[in-house]
Amino acid sequence: MRAVHDEFHGDLLEVSMGPQHPSTHGVFRMVVTLDGEQIVKLKPVFGYLHRNHEKIAESTSYLSSMPYTDRLDYLCSMSNNWAYALAVEKLGGLTVPDRAQYLRVIMAELTRLVNHSCLVGFLFNDLGTSFTPLLYAFREREKILDLFESLSGSRMMCNYQRFGGCRVDPPPAWLAAASALVDNFPRFLDEYETMLTGNEIMLARTQGIGPMGAAQAINAGITGPCLRATGVDYDLRKVDAYGFYPRFNFRVPLGAHGDTYDRYMMRILEMRESVKILQQAFRELPAGPIMDPKAKLRGFRPKVGEAYGRLEGPKGELGFYLISDGSTNPWRYRVRPPSLINLTLLEELCLGRTIADAVVILGSIDIVLGEVDR
Amino acid sequence: MLGSGILKGLAVTAKNFVGSYHNPARMVTQEYPDVQPQLPANYRNFPFLVTENATDPMGTMRCVACQICEKECPPQCIYIEKSKDKKPDANGKLQLYPAVFDIDTAVCMSCQLCVEVCPFDAIKMDHVFAIAATNRFSGLLLNREELAKPNTYFHEIRPDEAAEVDGRLAAERAAAEEKAKAAAAAKATAATATKPATGGAAAP
Amino acid sequence: MIVPASPDPAKPDLSTPPVAENSLASALPPFSPSAILPRLLARFPAATIELVPNPGPAAEHSLLLDAAHAREIATFLRDDDMLRLDYCSNATGIDWPEKEIVDTVKKSVPDPAGGPDKVVEEKTKRIQPGYLETVYHLYSMARKHGPVILRLRTENRNDRIFLPSLTPVWKSCDFQEREIFDLYGIVFLGHPDLRRLLMWDGFKDHPMRRDYVAPDDFEWEPTPHGSVLDRAKGHYPKTEGLNS
Repeated sequence: MRAVHDEFHGDLLEVSMGPQHPSTHGVFRMVVTLDGEQIVKLKPVFGYLHRNHEKIAESTSYLSSMPYTDRLDYLCSMSNNWAYALAVEKLGGLTVPDRAQYLRVIMAELTRLVNHSCLVGFLFNDLGTSFTPLLYAFREREKILDLFESLSGSRMMCNYQRFGGCRVDPPPAWLAAASALVDNFPRFLDEYETMLTGNEIMLARTQGIGPMGAAQAINAGITGPCLRATGVDYDLRKVDAYGFYPRFNFRVPLGAHGDTYDRYMMRILEMRESVKILQQAFRELPAGPIMDPKAKLRGFRPKVGEAYGRLEGPKGELGFYLISDGSTNPWRYRVRPPSLINLTLLEELCLGRTIADAVVILGSIDIVLGEVDR
Repeated sequence: MLGSGILKGLAVTAKNFVGSYHNPARMVTQEYPDVQPQLPANYRNFPFLVTENATDPMGTMRCVACQICEKECPPQCIYIEKSKDKKPDANGKLQLYPAVFDIDTAVCMSCQLCVEVCPFDAIKMDHVFAIAATNRFSGLLLNREELAKPNTYFHEIRPDEAAEVDGRLAAERAAAEEKAKAAAAAKATAATATKPATGGAAAP
Repeated sequence: MIVPASPDPAKPDLSTPPVAENSLASALPPFSPSAILPRLLARFPAATIELVPNPGPAAEHSLLLDAAHAREIATFLRDDDMLRLDYCSNATGIDWPEKEIVDTVKKSVPDPAGGPDKVVEEKTKRIQPGYLETVYHLYSMARKHGPVILRLRTENRNDRIFLPSLTPVWKSCDFQEREIFDLYGIVFLGHPDLRRLLMWDGFKDHPMRRDYVAPDDFEWEPTPHGSVLDRAKGHYPKTEGLNS
């Protein structure tokens, strides 16, 4: 902490929030300059979890990078796997069998439930309702993680997708358990919303806090629920129509104000839409192979070229940009991290607010430091 | 009415509080370590080496030291040294074996790529998760004696996969025997047709 | 107020872009590089713009811009009514170190003995100079199309490493250009706040460059092999080795 002297504002106070701070969701640091209680400047500081994932991936084979993608956004390993598989499939011209496409949708939507229930839990932690909403959310999340564990072997580091398909074919008992869980999920959401959505303190703390304009958000590259909270209808599941998403009937929830409350509601509404997608997927899941017979995991050498694969991750647009020079290692491997780019507007959103609001705004943006710093 | 939202929320927490005493859906906490977790068969944590026989683990290891897993391991935690001599494997074929097979579990991230790339079903994922050690380096470095576990253990933790592997290996073994028999028969007919060859040429 | 509706009825339907006046462009999707290139050349006659083909199955070709006109062109692409590339998704750097290219030319040499001509292969080596490159993936949220891929190249890898920043055009490039500056060492002219992003301030090198040498601060590990082992050997105490 140090005082900054200024003729007009008296003493400004510079506070370094983080990297070890419970509200920063990991090792994230903000250097905040305060005028009294008001934030007049906020500079995020990154790199405390930097492992140079891209350099590691450029020095190993295409297959060996797959388990590392689990560790980017460690809440959403299934989506990360899919995004990487999507880019490699585009690079190598691979196809994916129907059953694997359905399984990917199932896993990605279950991951969305995991991520969003985590997010709303942590958001309430940031609001000061210590742990009760978080533990209720974690209780439901844990049930989905148990499913992931019994299928892929690990709760969070699933390493499930492969280029050209998926790794394990779920047995009928797994599908029945997953389907029952998904059918029960709206009941949890109803209970959760009864508990919190109408809560007056929560409304006072979130409505009108940190509003984002649509044009501002588009220019700053904000994606995912934060963008749709501003009313911009841009969901890659609809726009890019990757995987088998065109086969599913679902709507894209849109907000109007782009404030913290809208960002919270986006997550709740997206979970309800995910439940709909999952119910359709369990109904229509076809039988068949789960791997493209042409796909070669070991010693995979795509032709010279480049590809950019992106998908709608729970946090926003997750992209992988790969350049192949014809060898077994990618020449360039780039992750487009939604968590990092969604922080572009953090300073603008927090200016003029208090520290307590900055914590809530950061919580509603939804970052995971494994992905911010890579 | 101002405050009605808060009251509704408190009703939900009250329901959860009471429910945590009698409703199984709300009683989710496990009393570890008094109650040990029921691990699903697919659970994976740290690899082990499958041996055919519990009494002679080093002699019946399925691993032939081909070093594919060593090359593919993303964090490079496997270290293998090939043997100088060859030993017969389960099919009776002479094979190399690992003179040194180390896995550094401090580095291993349990991604199971070694299992996926192994062409001999020699390495599989284990169910252990409590392997704390007091020495950071040698305590977490497992050598081949510590890594070797018998096939019966594999059947215990993953019955379905073990049965499938056993079936496949038995089929391969039968095919190999069939082939050897056919080769021997062909040789016998060839030997009767021409003069017997000098010395005993080993069967391929 | 939350309106769970898609598409938003309040918004005009932008799903069908206006028909292009250019006959060549109308046959292609408006965002394909071969449709954009003639329009850009007509609009910016002084600029040198090249089409960089992508030989892979993805076939996403890109446009190589010259540094002098890059920001003008980027602003045009963002504001042009037909393209409306309002969203820069991804900005990244690539390192292309100098490499030796062997050109093989087949020549027929007349045989002095009077026989048929001999075919002789002549190999000439040339050094392709290295450069650093930035790649921008642009999409349009308004028109829902893309990607348009822009590339910019520095003159070399040592001292002429300046490129114009596109952050004034798309704010989403802010952190990503800082990251490129940090990891590749490209200096972006006109960036509002060009500091290191991931490495610490006192750090000297650029770790994503291909010729980056990791510092020799090797920590003893029990199972080194390959290149790690070579590096590790210098650090082993005399008595300690592999402990099995």
